[in-house]
Amino acid sequence: MLQELLVILICISIIVSGLLAVTLRGLTAAMVSSGLASLFAAVSYVLLAAPDVAMAEAAIGAGLSTLVFLHAIRRTSAGKEE
Amino acid sequence: MKRIRAAIVVLLFGAAFAGLAVGYSERTVPSALAMRYLQEVPAELGAANVVTGILITYRGFDTLGEVAVLFMVAASVGMLLSAGAGRRAVPAGASAPPARPPSELVVNGAEVVLPVAFLFGAYVIVNGHLSAGGGFQGGAVVASGVVLLVLARPSVALHHGFLSVTESLAGVFYVALGILGLIFAGGFLDSHILPRGEFGAFISAGAIPLISALLGIKVAAELSVIIDRFRS
Repeated sequence: MLQELLVILICISIIVSGLLAVTLRGLTAAMVSSGLASLFAAVSYVLLAAPDVAMAEAAIGAGLSTLVFLHAIRRTSAGKEE
Repeated sequence: MKRIRAAIVVLLFGAAFAGLAVGYSERTVPSALAMRYLQEVPAELGAANVVTGILITYRGFDTLGEVAVLFMVAASVGMLLSAGAGRRAVPAGASAPPARPPSELVVNGAEVVLPVAFLFGAYVIVNGHLSAGGGFQGGAVVASGVVLLVLARPSVALHHGFLSVTESLAGVFYVALGILGLIFAGGFLDSHILPRGEFGAFISAGAIPLISALLGIKVAAELSVIIDRFRS
């Protein structure tokens, strides 16, 4: 029961951070929020007993792709407006 | 008019997904295929982690395809970005923005986290047949360590030639192991070319740890090269 509640809470967090990633004006904040969605997804995979997938999601979704995007934001003119 | 059409499309999608969500009932017993894998992988391959056993032996060819896709991505990123490198000097006035030095937090954090990240990646790679993880996941962990290194020390230069040679050698050995399986065991990428060993021991499960290590090296080197290409 407690675990089900936790899974539901995590799923709500995924949706909220996904919405934030779309609506936030600052590009850096939006990107961090999108990485957070991946991280919550990885946590939900662990709770659903799929640690192998969770590891790949945490490393690639939350780590690598977020960092590549952050780097791109920093290098282009979009990062200077803030 | 446009909005009405969009609303209709959204409603149709909603109806399709609602059907999925309402019709879902959680399995309490694994399906026949899952049951078969759960029994066969530990008995036949000697791998405690069923997922890695399936990925590397039964679906070994698919994994090889995945690695090939990653290789193509690395190659095309390299081609696209090196083609753009010559043109970048054209806008004379707009020079590259002066790179901010990395923040104190990143630099000091990297010193603590980096050794642990690399060690954890290596652990995940070589323990793929025993615990959660395997070559792909471990390689990704190592590559995210490389990203952190690059962020914390912008002046560090990765040796592309070394990484490419390492990655190619890992790929060659991977395919060679697959062909050995074709000759000495049941088929391409069959892990029975090495003795199965004791269940749960570090050196066990035939060629699975070896293939996993090669996969890990290949994935980590490829992802590192991709990341470094974006930087330069």
